[in-house]
Amino acid sequence: MSAADTTTPAKAPPRRPSPPPPAPPGGPRAKRTSAGTPWLLLAPCLLVLALVMGYPLVRLVTLSFQKFGQSQLWGFQPAESVGFDNFAGVLGDGEFWQVVLRTIVFAAGCVILTMVLGMMVALLLQRVSGWVRTLVNIALVAGWGMPVIVATTVFKWLFDSDYGILNAVLSRLPGVELIGHNWFASGPQGLAVIMLLVIWGAVPFVVITLTAGLTQVPAELGEAARLDGAGAWGVFRYVTLPVLKPVIVMLTTLSVIWDMGVFPQVFVMRNGHPEAEFQLLTTYSYDRAFVVNDYGQGSAIALITVLLLLGVVAVYMRQMLKIGEVE
Amino acid sequence: MTSVRTLAAPRRTSRLGWNLLGLLVFAVAGFPVYWMLNTAFKPAKDAIDPDPSLLPTHLTFDNFGRALHIADFWGPVGRSLLVSLAVVAIGVVVGMLAALAISRFAFRGRKIVIVGILAVQMVPLVAMIIPVFLLLNDLDQYDKLSGLIITYLTFILPFTVWTLRGFIVNIPKELEEAAMVDGCSRTGAFVRVVFPLLAPGMVATSVYGFIQAWNEYLYALMLLSQKNQTATVWLSNFSTKHGTEYAPMMAGATMMALPIVALFLLVQRKMAAGLTAGAVKG
Repeated sequence: MSAADTTTPAKAPPRRPSPPPPAPPGGPRAKRTSAGTPWLLLAPCLLVLALVMGYPLVRLVTLSFQKFGQSQLWGFQPAESVGFDNFAGVLGDGEFWQVVLRTIVFAAGCVILTMVLGMMVALLLQRVSGWVRTLVNIALVAGWGMPVIVATTVFKWLFDSDYGILNAVLSRLPGVELIGHNWFASGPQGLAVIMLLVIWGAVPFVVITLTAGLTQVPAELGEAARLDGAGAWGVFRYVTLPVLKPVIVMLTTLSVIWDMGVFPQVFVMRNGHPEAEFQLLTTYSYDRAFVVNDYGQGSAIALITVLLLLGVVAVYMRQMLKIGEVE
Repeated sequence: MTSVRTLAAPRRTSRLGWNLLGLLVFAVAGFPVYWMLNTAFKPAKDAIDPDPSLLPTHLTFDNFGRALHIADFWGPVGRSLLVSLAVVAIGVVVGMLAALAISRFAFRGRKIVIVGILAVQMVPLVAMIIPVFLLLNDLDQYDKLSGLIITYLTFILPFTVWTLRGFIVNIPKELEEAAMVDGCSRTGAFVRVVFPLLAPGMVATSVYGFIQAWNEYLYALMLLSQKNQTATVWLSNFSTKHGTEYAPMMAGATMMALPIVALFLLVQRKMAAGLTAGAVKG
């Protein structure tokens, strides 16, 4: 079975010959009741979301304008409003800006590499024999389905300084001596390893979604372009890419959101105490709140992260709305 | 399998090169999983060899026994199971109703609802952890599985609504209309026509949601104490200040990952279809 036959909407039974529409008895009634029906159907969902998302979101905003530490948490002191103090404290801190820059570089690296590799593998899968495609799919799905925490644990083992397989294998190459090399001694190198872990976990989703998308690229379009003299690159650039654009926009946006939110990978890789050089916005906010016990500043950092994401999300929203409209 | 070759039109001569490249991708993508299994099944003393052999020499199940004894395994697994099943049960029922509303009804405010549900999906979990922690603290739900179930709905529900929407959109509206012409009520048309066609999509979405809940780490770590930990947090028991016991840890990782990966293999194709439904056609 290929991804193709799951995406064809034609699996529904053939339509019966449409009878002449003699004002169906259920018709007008259905129309009248339908005004309230969708809201009734939506109510439970909206209610749950308001409780589990809405309230905490509002609380996040109010918290970021409050002085909130241990004594407020235990109720010894009431939380008092401090205006923009938390933001001023965060933004005035040189370390914060380093963290912002590091997070953006990290997330951008993850997203770009994930998308490029994902596209290359998806295109490759169209050209290989069936059995190779099956093998690659199994490897991809195994990586995709692995719990993040398991994947992080496994990568920690692969990159172990004394007994890690990577050091052992690389050291077998002539002129390379890496036994005992600690990949996490420096921030950039350690984050590169974590980036690899994130990409390894993210590429399968991109490949499988793009593969599903590629089956919907009409073959005639590619053939027509080839007849007009387009090479492989030309077909990709002027036929495949434009058709896949909505999927690519969706995948890129989701990747940005996920990669800006990377937390367990850093947290577990650094045994729950990431060093200063490993801090990303997420771990930094966590640190401020739960290690330093300054929930106000922690919330301010979280809020700034969400605002940073909003720009990207806006693009995605427009795309999704377009999809919603055509249906 | 031929249907996938829509654009490629490969020439037989170049197939070999592509296949070799494909095998390379297979090796790189699959290696971490292979190495986890290899370490899990080899004697613990072989795992701490600075020059390990790439192929297994002899197999043992000792590491699994040890993994089960280092810290209680079935307790955390039972808790993860309970939490994940509860989250999926609530998520799918509530989510399906909402998905139906946004995919089958035209109504004022529909756009806002869609944007709202999508926007919720965008907020990183980590950003919410502080207020969620305080909320559960206030509600006396800290360190309780019920509290964790409530918070997991934050990411399960938007996901369920959005993917089920994808599956519903793939079911032609005309089928319902035909049933209604034949005298079915709107509800009757849904129950008799749409629901049976939607069932596979619901199963896939449930399994997928179950996996997501099962895999969650951050909330489980933050909102539960040691005595109530779930399966993902259990794995950290192998790392102590005195070092990490890698061989039993990989056995533990294998026990956690294999059932999930197997479930995943079953539903991932359906999921990809649901996720992309309408995305390309639009």
